[in-house]
Amino acid sequence: MNASPETVHETHPAHPDYIKIYLILIGLFIVSMLGPLFGVPALTVVLAFGIGVCKAGLVVAYFMHLNVEKRYIWFILITMLVFMVVLYAGVAPDVMKQGGHNWQHVVTEKGPPAVANH
Amino acid sequence: MTQATATHAPLATSRSATGIPTGRLAIWWVLASEIVIFGGLLVSYIMLRVHNAHWTAEASHTNTWAGAFNTIVLLTSSLSAVLGHQAAEKGDGQGAARYLWMTVGGGAVFLLVKAYEYTSEISHGFTLFRDVFWSYYYVATGLHGLHVIIGMIILSIVAVDAAKGRNLHRVELIGIYWHFVDVVWIFLFPLFYLAK
Amino acid sequence: MAGTAARDIAIERDHVDVGWGDFARRYLFSTDHKIIGLQYMFTGMFMAVIGGLMAYVFRMQLAFPDQSVFGYGLVSPLAYNALVTNHGTIMIFWVAMPVLIAGFGNYLIPLMIGCDDMVFPRLNRLSYQIFFLSTVVILISLVVPGGGFGGAWTAYPPLSASASYNHTPYGAPLWLIAVALEFVAFLLGGINFITTVMNARAEGLTAYRLPIFIWMTIVAVIVFMASVGPLVAGAVMLPFDQVVGTRFYDPQAGGDPLLWQHLFWFFGHPGVYVVLLPAMGVVAEIITVFARKKLFAYKTILYTTFATGVLSFVVWAHHQFVAGIDPRMAHLFTIMTVLISVPISEMIFSYIATLYGGSIELTTPMLWALAFVAEFLLGGVTGIFLGSSGTDIYLHDTYFVLAHFHYTFFPIAIIATFAGVYYWFPKMFGRMMNETLGKIHFWGTIISFNVICIPLFITGVAGDHRRIYSYEHFSQLATPGLQELRVIATIALVMMLLFQIPFFYNFIKSLIDGDEAGDNPWRANTLEWAVPSPPPHGNFAEMPTVYRGPYEYGVPGRAEDYWPQHEPEENPSPVNG
Repeated sequence: MNASPETVHETHPAHPDYIKIYLILIGLFIVSMLGPLFGVPALTVVLAFGIGVCKAGLVVAYFMHLNVEKRYIWFILITMLVFMVVLYAGVAPDVMKQGGHNWQHVVTEKGPPAVANH
Repeated sequence: MTQATATHAPLATSRSATGIPTGRLAIWWVLASEIVIFGGLLVSYIMLRVHNAHWTAEASHTNTWAGAFNTIVLLTSSLSAVLGHQAAEKGDGQGAARYLWMTVGGGAVFLLVKAYEYTSEISHGFTLFRDVFWSYYYVATGLHGLHVIIGMIILSIVAVDAAKGRNLHRVELIGIYWHFVDVVWIFLFPLFYLAK
Repeated sequence: MAGTAARDIAIERDHVDVGWGDFARRYLFSTDHKIIGLQYMFTGMFMAVIGGLMAYVFRMQLAFPDQSVFGYGLVSPLAYNALVTNHGTIMIFWVAMPVLIAGFGNYLIPLMIGCDDMVFPRLNRLSYQIFFLSTVVILISLVVPGGGFGGAWTAYPPLSASASYNHTPYGAPLWLIAVALEFVAFLLGGINFITTVMNARAEGLTAYRLPIFIWMTIVAVIVFMASVGPLVAGAVMLPFDQVVGTRFYDPQAGGDPLLWQHLFWFFGHPGVYVVLLPAMGVVAEIITVFARKKLFAYKTILYTTFATGVLSFVVWAHHQFVAGIDPRMAHLFTIMTVLISVPISEMIFSYIATLYGGSIELTTPMLWALAFVAEFLLGGVTGIFLGSSGTDIYLHDTYFVLAHFHYTFFPIAIIATFAGVYYWFPKMFGRMMNETLGKIHFWGTIISFNVICIPLFITGVAGDHRRIYSYEHFSQLATPGLQELRVIATIALVMMLLFQIPFFYNFIKSLIDGDEAGDNPWRANTLEWAVPSPPPHGNFAEMPTVYRGPYEYGVPGRAEDYWPQHEPEENPSPVNG
């Protein structure tokens, strides 16, 4: 239990081939950029962010070694992401979509006036 | 059990009831707090982006190629950071330092490209004030850039130590931080450059 | 005499001469968690005086409108707003958090878990230095041209974003910078606390053997860390609006002021649990010692602490029921808000159950702890009216809200703090405080406090609007005929401030020639009582091993009615980890 940082004994599995992971990341990145070629906005968004999530996952798992780290570290990080989802869920009805049943949000519906310079 | 000097690390630092070295445990908590900071900023951006249809037109003026190049630069610097970690684990301080300096170099290239981008955008009138889209663009990429600068400073300090064979465990720690900076950019890029 | 001998021994052990350079190194720039804890505590106490004097000024204005306040002068509307804003801001960020979390936490965590310091002592020092800087900035913000920021501690834009509205072009950004620096200091400190408790525990100190104070402080720090992030983002955007001229919160430009409200309260509500939990931890430690009884339902309290921490993230918009939020969200937040009262009441009732059947010793710390339970209970139940959107529509922005949160915050920031100070003073300074003066301080404070806040409930229900500097000028925002109540509240506040004098006198006199405390004057179990008072640098001569939980009081068959955690025995209890 008392161990200096250099000697905390952790059994590492053999290191993954980082260069291979890197090439996969580059490949994925190129694919994610292809969205605009198809002209379908939904596809562009899905490709861009979906692949972004995959790339982030690869970096997190292999470069940051989270796949061999103790389980609860994942839990801590994912909990923080969940809180961000909660933030989004609680705020979006007010900030993202500002219409209402019984009232008009004039600025939104008429559009903002021409942006004045400061 | 007295320690008269303040720089002597206490016994507490070397303990590890969890089995995770203290430094690494701390870095994970730092990342946890950074997730909610960037998360809060980007969640706000996403909501307003969906709400403001004209932001798509504004976003078309960001330089996609510069952003894409920077993404590859950061990915490559992440590679060099993890190779540095691999070297440090083998005890190769000099090798680790070399990889870390490469990572710093990657960060420098990233910042240069960003500087070019900003200059070009500002000279075309896409300033912080032109629209709230641009306010978010500069604040988000600026905050990210600040983290790149801080990362480069710490990378340099760790590299200097590692070359002397000291504190090799810190190579992994600054690597984790740097990978996080990379991951944030992985999301910043589509948010500001691709969704057009 | 014996106290000076202890100090001499401590000096001898450290083998240093006490010169000015050494004074700076040992007391100003120390990395020792105990010194840093005391630095936070004293800074917090100083700021409490400032906050209290602010309250004196604005309550005098309310009781005797437009008359010169003794010791201050005439209170202009801008000055009134600045006073109420900074009173709230200071009490939460510069009193409750630094004393309860950074002060007690820093001092006690390494002692209670049986190690020699925090795992990152230099980071610890840095966080205090950043905090100290934030204190300087907030104080400067009060005296710059234009005066201190007056947009309420909630700082809603566009009032907070535009100097043409708030009339405090320097005060507003400085206020925000001070708060941001305070956040940074506590984020850094939080990393230290969490890592220390997770990793640096003594041998045998498993999770369920941790004093509940430690658990509650750690949960509070994690809740702080997770909730402050979006506000840090928001607090980066707001100064840009204030100083640089962006329009993040300007709907005309595509921004949204409601965004700030959400970002603020996403932190603001968990924030109150950030200060509540350590206060409850302090109270738990005290009631077990002075009831000589095990904490009732330790594991249940622990799990409800977790539940409270998690639930605190999904109640925030109850502060915004009348702000124009989506009414469907109001349904959701009402339900969650009423729900969160369940785990908290469970904790309070567990404390009462702890007391039941105990051998109560009514020492000064125990009186404060008992007062916490009673007053907080009152505060909590009044929160139900505010958490339900229907009643909140009427009560929002009235003095009812003020009375509710003073019945919760005052126990947290003042009552629990005094409980902790009186309880741990012997450990920190090696002396006992005077019990008689302590009791005078206690009764004077508690009675005055109730006389201040009960009238506020009454005027609030009658419809008195808050944040109004003078009802003479805005009579439509108050109910006529209640001025007597406002005067009574103010006089009670003056009495309460005067009753702090016995405390300061007691504190200082006991430091000089209080009775020597010894290691464990309260006969308690937790590890901080296993070291000399005050503990030497490095805390433990020999690192302790822990054999049992912290609440083994009144164990049958033992000669003593307490059983310190580190005392070995023939049959150590199995590790139940």
